[in-house]
Amino acid sequence: MSERIREKLSILADAAKYDVSCSSSGSKRKNDNKGLGNGHSSGICHTYTEDGRCVSLLKILLTNHCIFDCAYCVSRKSNDIERAAFTVDEVVQLTMNFYRRNYIEGLFLSSGIFKNADFTMERLLKVVKKLRLEERYNGYIHLKTIPGASEELVREAGIYVDRMSINLEMPTEAGLKLLAPDKSHQEVIKPLGDVQRQIIQFKEEKKVIKSVPQFVPAGQSTQMVIGATPETDKDIMHTAAEFYKNFSLRRVYYSGYIPISTDNRLPLLGTQPPLIRENRLYQTDWLMRFYGFHVNELLNDANPHLDVDIDPKLSWALRNLQFFPVDINIASYQMILRIPGIGVSSARKIFQARKFGRLRIDQLKKIGVSYNRAKYFITCTDSPPYVQGLSGHTD
Amino acid sequence: MIYVFDGSLEGLLTAVFEYHERRPFNLILTTAECYQPDVFTTSRRIDNDPEKADRVWKALNRKLSATWLRRFYCAYLSEIPEAFRDLFEFCRYIFSNPSDVTQNYGNPHVLAVAGYARKVEREKHRMEAFIRFQQSSDGLFYCGIDPDFNVIPLIMKHFKDRYADQSWVIYDYKRHYGIYYNLDKVEEICLNQEEEKNLKLQRDKITSEQEPLYAALWKDYFKSTNIKARKNTKLHVRHVPRRYWKYLTEKE
Repeated sequence: MSERIREKLSILADAAKYDVSCSSSGSKRKNDNKGLGNGHSSGICHTYTEDGRCVSLLKILLTNHCIFDCAYCVSRKSNDIERAAFTVDEVVQLTMNFYRRNYIEGLFLSSGIFKNADFTMERLLKVVKKLRLEERYNGYIHLKTIPGASEELVREAGIYVDRMSINLEMPTEAGLKLLAPDKSHQEVIKPLGDVQRQIIQFKEEKKVIKSVPQFVPAGQSTQMVIGATPETDKDIMHTAAEFYKNFSLRRVYYSGYIPISTDNRLPLLGTQPPLIRENRLYQTDWLMRFYGFHVNELLNDANPHLDVDIDPKLSWALRNLQFFPVDINIASYQMILRIPGIGVSSARKIFQARKFGRLRIDQLKKIGVSYNRAKYFITCTDSPPYVQGLSGHTD
Repeated sequence: MIYVFDGSLEGLLTAVFEYHERRPFNLILTTAECYQPDVFTTSRRIDNDPEKADRVWKALNRKLSATWLRRFYCAYLSEIPEAFRDLFEFCRYIFSNPSDVTQNYGNPHVLAVAGYARKVEREKHRMEAFIRFQQSSDGLFYCGIDPDFNVIPLIMKHFKDRYADQSWVIYDYKRHYGIYYNLDKVEEICLNQEEEKNLKLQRDKITSEQEPLYAALWKDYFKSTNIKARKNTKLHVRHVPRRYWKYLTEKE
């Protein structure tokens, strides 16, 4: 009996690992009912895999049987692998026991689509309801929305879970059609829009009536596979920016394609996954969300690809030298954020500290500025004279 | 002038009070352990005075925001000798300025206190992440730790709120004390040397039946989520430093 469950866990955790979302943050769920568990607003990474990714949730598929045949997926119908399925009770028991031992922050539940989308979604809903209502579990739950499931099921699920997500898979419609003719972006856009409308509606109602339950408090996210199809970085980031804007997503994940099939539409088995490219894309994503850059400043028709050797921020600075050097003591906060080598917390500290006096190089270094990188772009009180003479602005 | 105190928070606050009372010149603050008598400087032993300490604490409450008060407390919990000195200078700096100067990251003591607090908070977060409970045969979940800093006061609330329906024990081997939750409230416990040794060595003997199965399941899960094509040991060790590997079931 225990051998069987170990086997199932190995198969179904292995199949789920290509969905890279692992965040457990954003939920302020409290343990009000003497049950088990609560949310942690910044999330907790309980361990890290040997490739450096954080493991904070029990990430499993309910089953890896699937009626679809998408070329990039390891669980596609035509692939010859071992198939397994958990029962609702097995998932609940696993989650509760792992949680009690502080192994995980919560559950990440996805599934292959068997029979049809609604049937699959109903089974997922059963697991979630049993955890919340019978076991009084208050930890984090991340549920994948099954494309094509009915709006009522999605809405009911949203009351019990912390995050819902649905994957775009390919950055453009053309790329998706090439590898998964049965799927379309429209199938993804509709549930994202429905859930977003529900989130707004529940928030409005909660302002008036206190007892309204939380609805998907940690928001929505999506994922794109990088490197399976020949889109440029510009296509990828413009799609991401559009989805952030239209659906108020919390995160877009970029997953480097790991070759898992011999299909000739995809990169060959044994190709290196595009890890550096993935890293640069995440850096661009951060610049858009936290540093006030617009996607057009970083990637446009003149530069459709990100530099491999230098990060996007430095790359933008080198293309726009007319703004530099910046005087640290008088520049605006937005401009300080754009200096290579200065992150968000250093920028905030500089902005607060300079009210008390002009800042010197040693103070900047202590604050945490990466001075070796930033020195080419800034002047401060005791910068060497030849730097101070290079003013970007004509007097 | 050297002030020698006992290393407790009360002692530190009393020292701050005594400084403001007497205003000695060129003051250095040390704990009793680190004190080395010097021919040229006079020293004075600070005896803890709850009233004086209380007055200083109330003054700090008025001057500091909640964030900075917590940072002060965390920097104290770091138990680093230099931290006491920085905390003392930090108090001098904020009391000598009528306006709010906690934003002056140009001042080295403000930066230092923020730095120590960040280290302690990071250790607290790591403890919340890496503590792995084991269930004993009578249903108690227990775990022994030896953190770099004294983080048990900080992690108490997290575990009490989260594991409200199971009794648990967390024990700090380095500092020889622990906390026990009995479904109602959290109590401080002390084990003598014999019991401590038993807890460390007989871990496997006092576990419940299910425990080996769940440990094995967790190891299986950890192995399955690994993507070999992306192996990056340097990044892995940066996130999970080797000194924490002894807590982790999956690394056994």
